[in-house]
Amino acid sequence: MYYIDLAVTGVSFGCMYAMMAVGLTLVYGLLRILHVAHAAVFALGAYVTVVVANATGSVDAGFLAAIFITPLFGMAIYRMLYEPLLSYRPDVPMIASVGLLVLMQDAFRIVFGEQGVTFRNNTYGFTTFDVFGVTVNAVQIAIVVSAVIIFLGLHLFTTQTRIGVGWRATVSQPKIAASFGIDSIKVRYLNFAIGSALAAVAGGLVALLNNFVDPVIGYVVSYKALAIIVLGGLGSVRGTLIASLVLGLVESYGTIFIGRWLDRDAIAFLALIALLMIRPQGFVGTRAT
Amino acid sequence: MSAYEISLLSVIGINVILAVSLNMISGFCGQISLGHGAFYGAGAYAAALAMIGTGNILLALISAIVVGSLLGIVVGFASLRVRSDFLAVTTIGVNFLFTGFVRKQGWLGGEMGISGIPGSGLGADGNMVMILLFAAATIALSLYIGRSWMGFAFRAVGEDEDTAATLGINAAAYKLAAFGIGTALAGLAGGLYTFFTQFITADAFDFILSVMLMAMVVIGGIGSTWGVVVAAIGLTLLPEAIRFVNDYRLLVFGGLLVLVIRLAPGGFAALARAVATRMSRA
Repeated sequence: MYYIDLAVTGVSFGCMYAMMAVGLTLVYGLLRILHVAHAAVFALGAYVTVVVANATGSVDAGFLAAIFITPLFGMAIYRMLYEPLLSYRPDVPMIASVGLLVLMQDAFRIVFGEQGVTFRNNTYGFTTFDVFGVTVNAVQIAIVVSAVIIFLGLHLFTTQTRIGVGWRATVSQPKIAASFGIDSIKVRYLNFAIGSALAAVAGGLVALLNNFVDPVIGYVVSYKALAIIVLGGLGSVRGTLIASLVLGLVESYGTIFIGRWLDRDAIAFLALIALLMIRPQGFVGTRAT
Repeated sequence: MSAYEISLLSVIGINVILAVSLNMISGFCGQISLGHGAFYGAGAYAAALAMIGTGNILLALISAIVVGSLLGIVVGFASLRVRSDFLAVTTIGVNFLFTGFVRKQGWLGGEMGISGIPGSGLGADGNMVMILLFAAATIALSLYIGRSWMGFAFRAVGEDEDTAATLGINAAAYKLAAFGIGTALAGLAGGLYTFFTQFITADAFDFILSVMLMAMVVIGGIGSTWGVVVAAIGLTLLPEAIRFVNDYRLLVFGGLLVLVIRLAPGGFAALARAVATRMSRA
């Protein structure tokens, strides 16, 4: 049963990573920028969820607020930080992004305190189900269910609607898409808005799961998400989903097999470095250097 | 001098060595490294083990330099495989791997770190003098390399690797050289840090430290030795001088980093040069 418990943990973490990493991979596909500050968006989502939930007494209101506020923040990052830096070498916006993440983490610490914030009334976080002897937390189920709904919705949106098709076209062939009259600037804002909202949902769910939000909530997740998008082949949503689940499971089982000589959080980086050295272009697709 | 001033000067000296050595890799040679803390840490741990084993300062410093640069050359090979932002991501990974590995090693003290490391026997002021001498030597080496053929080759590789290759510059060899020299100095700084504190934990060498060092390099002016020296001194003194900054250190460092990249990508060195040109014209 122990191994099944690990699988449950692994899959739920994998789904959380997927919601976080899809925004990153889309930004990379569109702008060729490693958007490290996506973790600050994730943390903001977690904070808005917990603060609004405590103020209104409703966790749903918290999520709703996070989904509305974080896209604005994500779009502001694009407009104020990345857009002016697009003509520079790709490491320039990346370092700026790291700077922004460090700044935001400290800002969260100053505003909300070092100790972090807990939910005043978190019924989901402490509800557990017993499924054939395996204990499953309600939030773990919520993470998996939201990931499935979100990615099905995203799939329908990008294949069935005109805006979605235009978005996909711009990601794969920006110039040709523009010549068909698609406004690439609007696509970029759409991209940051949707990616940020997904990160916010992931942040809020992690907050519920831990019943706790502290300033470093996004710290390790951010660099793990970088590992995931490289693993998934950079810009490929399907690759990112697979890589997220694989990492979630590998971490979960890895802690018992190699946890004795390596930190859980370092496993992702070991995989990342190995992959970058063996196949710098990722598992699927090609990469322009 | 008070004990406070001695320890402050020692920290400044160590930060100058770290920032100037990072500038050789990222500024001169254009290989962005966000994992300088790992090489610094490797040097510190090597020096600590050597001091506990032999009690010989010279041996401790040499092992710090050797271990730092060996790890650096291994990571340098990564720079032959991946470029630009992906190299930066790889070095972030190296930093997390280093701290993640050290935390789990019993023989390296694990989470608790290594305490009770024998002192250098020079006393606090002797240590400070040694650190400052090494810092001065590092600056001199950096200035010398900047003017030498090697510095020219570094800059050529940093600007455009493929064009440098057409000039007959062996880009791979120079990248490895930049990593080897820069990380040897980081290892040295680690050894000096070990003498300074006589107690080390993995947390002192984490990724945030690497970001701080990169902030010093970028804010000072990437590629400018004097700019980086001034930034390393200034950014070490700032939290000490202004109480407010000490509480919000990361906010200020992160904010400055973003502002400088966004508004003055050449850092303060470029600003100073622009002001000087305008003054001489007027």
